[in-house]
Formats: sequence, C-alpha cells, structure tokens
Amino acid sequence: MSPAPATSTFSRLRAAGPGNLGGVVVLALLLVLPLAAWWTGQKFYLDFATRITILAIVATSLNFILGYGGLISFGHAAFVGIGAYCVGIPAYYDLASGFVHIPLAIAASALFALVTGAISLRTRGVYFIMITMAFAQMAYYLFLSLDEYGGNDGLTIYSRSVLPPFNLEQRPQLFLLAYVSLVVVLALKHRFVNSRFGMVLRGARANETRMIAIGFNTYAYRLAAYVIAGAIAGYGGALLGNFTNFITPDMMSWTRSGDLMFMVILGGAGSLFGPVMGAVAILLLEEYLARLTVYWQLPFGLLLIATVLYQRGGLNGLIERLGGRK
Amino acid sequence: MSEPLLVITGLAKSFGGVRAIDGVDLTVEPGEVHAVIGPNGAGKTTLISQLSGLLAPDDGTIRFAGRDITRLAAHRRAPAGLARSFQITSLLTGMTVLDNVALAVQARQGHSFRFWRPAAGDRGLRDPALAALEQVGIAGRADIIVGALSHGERRQLEIAMALASRPRLLLLDEPMAGMGPEESARMIDILKGLKGTAAMLLVEHDMDAVFALADRISVLVYGKVIASGLPADIRANDAVRRAYLGEE
Repeated sequence: MSPAPATSTFSRLRAAGPGNLGGVVVLALLLVLPLAAWWTGQKFYLDFATRITILAIVATSLNFILGYGGLISFGHAAFVGIGAYCVGIPAYYDLASGFVHIPLAIAASALFALVTGAISLRTRGVYFIMITMAFAQMAYYLFLSLDEYGGNDGLTIYSRSVLPPFNLEQRPQLFLLAYVSLVVVLALKHRFVNSRFGMVLRGARANETRMIAIGFNTYAYRLAAYVIAGAIAGYGGALLGNFTNFITPDMMSWTRSGDLMFMVILGGAGSLFGPVMGAVAILLLEEYLARLTVYWQLPFGLLLIATVLYQRGGLNGLIERLGGRK
Repeated sequence: MSEPLLVITGLAKSFGGVRAIDGVDLTVEPGEVHAVIGPNGAGKTTLISQLSGLLAPDDGTIRFAGRDITRLAAHRRAPAGLARSFQITSLLTGMTVLDNVALAVQARQGHSFRFWRPAAGDRGLRDPALAALEQVGIAGRADIIVGALSHGERRQLEIAMALASRPRLLLLDEPMAGMGPEESARMIDILKGLKGTAAMLLVEHDMDAVFALADRISVLVYGKVIASGLPADIRANDAVRRAYLGEE
C-alpha cells in the first residue's frame, strides 16, 4: 500500500474541479465587466454588479449553514435587514463612521443569531424552518413599528458610511469594497468548511445521532456556525444599506429569505462558488425576464422546480458534470 | 476488590406503561466481554441507548469507571471512555470511510472550534483513523465514500468508529445484524482480536458469536435479567432454555 495522498471529501473539494474553475471565471467576470462598463459610461451595470456582489456575500453565508450544515434557515434576510439598519440608524443621528457602522452591524446580527439560534437549533427539520422564519418576521414587524426610523415608509440614508481609505460615495469604490469582501468571505468559508470545525458541521448534517455518539456537542457547533453566518449576512446588510441608500423592513421579509435560499440552491448548495453563481444567475434572470414579461416569476418557479428535480447540485453541479467530474 | 468498570443498578425504563427495562442489575469487569442475550423486545437496545445516553432512565444508576454517569450528556460519554456501535448501521453518509473514523478521532482530541487548518492533511487525525480501520480490516477502503461499502464493510466501519474513540468499554449493539455466515465469522475474528483492547458489552442474537466471544452472559427477558453466569452455566440453565433458547 502506497502512502496515498489524503483524498478525503475535503481535499477533493479543495482540488480545482470544473465547478471551482467555473466559479473563478464567474468571479473574474464579475470584476472585469462592470468596471469596463463603468469606463465606457454604462453606469447601470456597475450598480447591478454591486447588488449581485453583496447578495453573493449573503448567499455565501447562508450556504455555510444550509449547504454544509444542513440547517435550512428561512430567516436569513433578518440579518441583512439588521445590518442595514445598523448603518441607517446611526446615520440618522449623523453618526457617519463606517468603523462604527460595520462593527455594529456584525455585532448586532451576531447577537440576533446567537439568541434566535440558541432557541431555533433545539428544533429539527420543518420546525427549524418555521421557527427561523418566525424570528425573522418578528424582526420585520419590530422595524415596521419603529415610526421614528420610517416604519413601513423606510429610512433614507443621506450619506454613506465614511470608511477610509474607501470613499463609498464613489460607486466604483463601493463596488470594489463589496468585491474584496466577497473574495475574503469566500476564502474564509473555504478555510472554515475544510477545518476541523467544518468537518464537525458536515458530520452533523450527515448523521447527528452518530456525531453525538462519538462525542460531539453538535448543538454548540451548529450554534457557532449559525452566529458566524449571521454575522457575515449582517455585514452584507451594512453594504446593502450603503448601496441602496434607502432601507425598509421589507429587506427582512420572508420572501427575501426565500430569494436567498433560491440563490444557494440554484447555484449549488454545499459548493464553494455555487451561491455566487446563483446570485449572478437569479439577478440576471430577474432583470431580463422582468423586461420581457410581468409574469417573470412563473419561469422562475419552474426553474427552481427543475433544479430540485433534475439538477440537485445546481449550476455548480452542472458545470462539474459537463466538465466530466461526476 | 476494586469496583467493576461498569455497574448498572436497578435500571428501569417504561414506554407508556410497557416496562422495557425493569430493574436491571449488571456489571462489566475491565477487559471482560459480557454478552446480553434475549428474545426480540427484551429491552436490549433500550439498555444500550440508556448506557450511551440517548435515553434517560426512569430509575436506577449507571456507574462507569467509578463515576456516576446516569445523567451524563450523550456527547460526553464517548470521551469518558464509553463508545457504542449501532444495530442499524449509523454512519456519516456522503463522507469517506476515513472521514468517518477521523471524526471519531477528532472527537477525543478536545474541542473542534478550530477554523483554520485543513483537517484533511492532518496526520494527527489520519494516522489513528487508519490504525482503527486496520484493526477491523478495511484500511484499504479508506478513501471511498461510505455509500459504496458492502453491508459487511459498513458493519466493520461501525466498529472502527467506536474503536477510534479509544474506549475502555465498547457497547456493541448486534454487530452481526444482517450478516451472512462468512461475514459473521470475519466479525467474530475481528472482535476476538479486540479482546483485551477494551471491555465489551455485547448485545447479540447470533449464538455462535455469543458463545465464541463472551466471558459472561446475562439473559434479558421482558426487561429483567433472568440469569447471569459463565457461558457453560447459561447453556445448561433450564429457565434460559425455556425462555429463550427454547429447544432440545
């Protein structure tokens, strides 16, 4: 027997498969195309790409718990909303420093994840889906009731976070911040899912009873993952608030959580670049289908059904298959 | 004389009026193989589930290595030296054979809130995991996904995962379940090879296996131990024959 290299699940994932190559290409295009468009005066595309990039960050954080942890959280949009309000509310009081906004967004969404996760993770399956959704709706109604901060009418952010060396009033700089963030988040996720922690998270997804029997407090590990995912989503929310300049409780509604899940599933749950592909694909489709027809949600639904029935690995899995990996 | 490794006293568990375990007393000495036999529904799996902490007893105490573990959380029992295998194969599906065992190794190496270093190339996990696979004879299958294993190999992996915890006591819940004669014979050899590594509480239907492995046998019927003793005594015991072996 030769001392074969470690070819466990993780190292296999690490080796650059067609899915990862495809992901790198998508990531590269996401950088080059919008900047090129900006240069040639097509400013719309830069904004569009910024939105894609921010939602890709959020979808990546959801994938961490959904794809790797098997935790079907239906309340992920709440973290985004909380992160956005952590920019909006201080800005409302003329507190403009991004070095306040961003740590606040991360801390507040992490705390929300800690409290709601501590309760939600005591449930399983469909109950977990319902309870995460219920907590998100609670956050939604809370912000809806805060008339001081606009309530249902939303809150306009008159000046973006002051975050040197970035000047977020300059759109390319906001885009670049989002893009660098996405790359960092992807790298972090890649390390995390391949680490000992990631092994435990995946093991608990595969067979929780067994993981407990071999000595893991699966609850504690899941809670940690839930908090990490919430914190990253909150950070994404802070970027989104800066991007839109206008935030409403609607950002937290369960349909937004559903959109994020759709991105993860269409792109490929449990893959490194899947959620990025999902975010790109969904926002592109949304944009162009909505131009063609007011019934643009119908083909969307059909696409989701087709993905779940015929292409479980999503876009990432499709690339893997076409690339002869599976 | 020092206390036995495992001391079960007056253990009881009811499910809606049915007394699945009804005042069981049982001990396992260090290094001993103690087999628990009994007809279907005698409460054998309930007993194992209480020992591994998946079910809370209604009454009675469980002492392990001199310490009361009756209420100890399930995930603290393997690190304490009490590992189990499952009657219905319970593996980490979708992961490789090596990953399965490496996680059991990881569990006994302290907490796993380690986010940075890749687990895959970690020799501190890989080497002990391969050693456990070697002990059950499936080291050559380390890198395949568990779904591709034969039934017999999955049963062997069950044992390897329990072994990787380096237990002082192995709880084996019907390790021969669903095996053909050849696979059973191999499993008996594997378990014989493990004698001395750890004490075992062996729940098993296969009488060939029980008489080949056990140092002591207890017979469980309707949640009660009706006889306990050396294999030869149990074979000769009339009450046992009537209740369970029921032939000749």
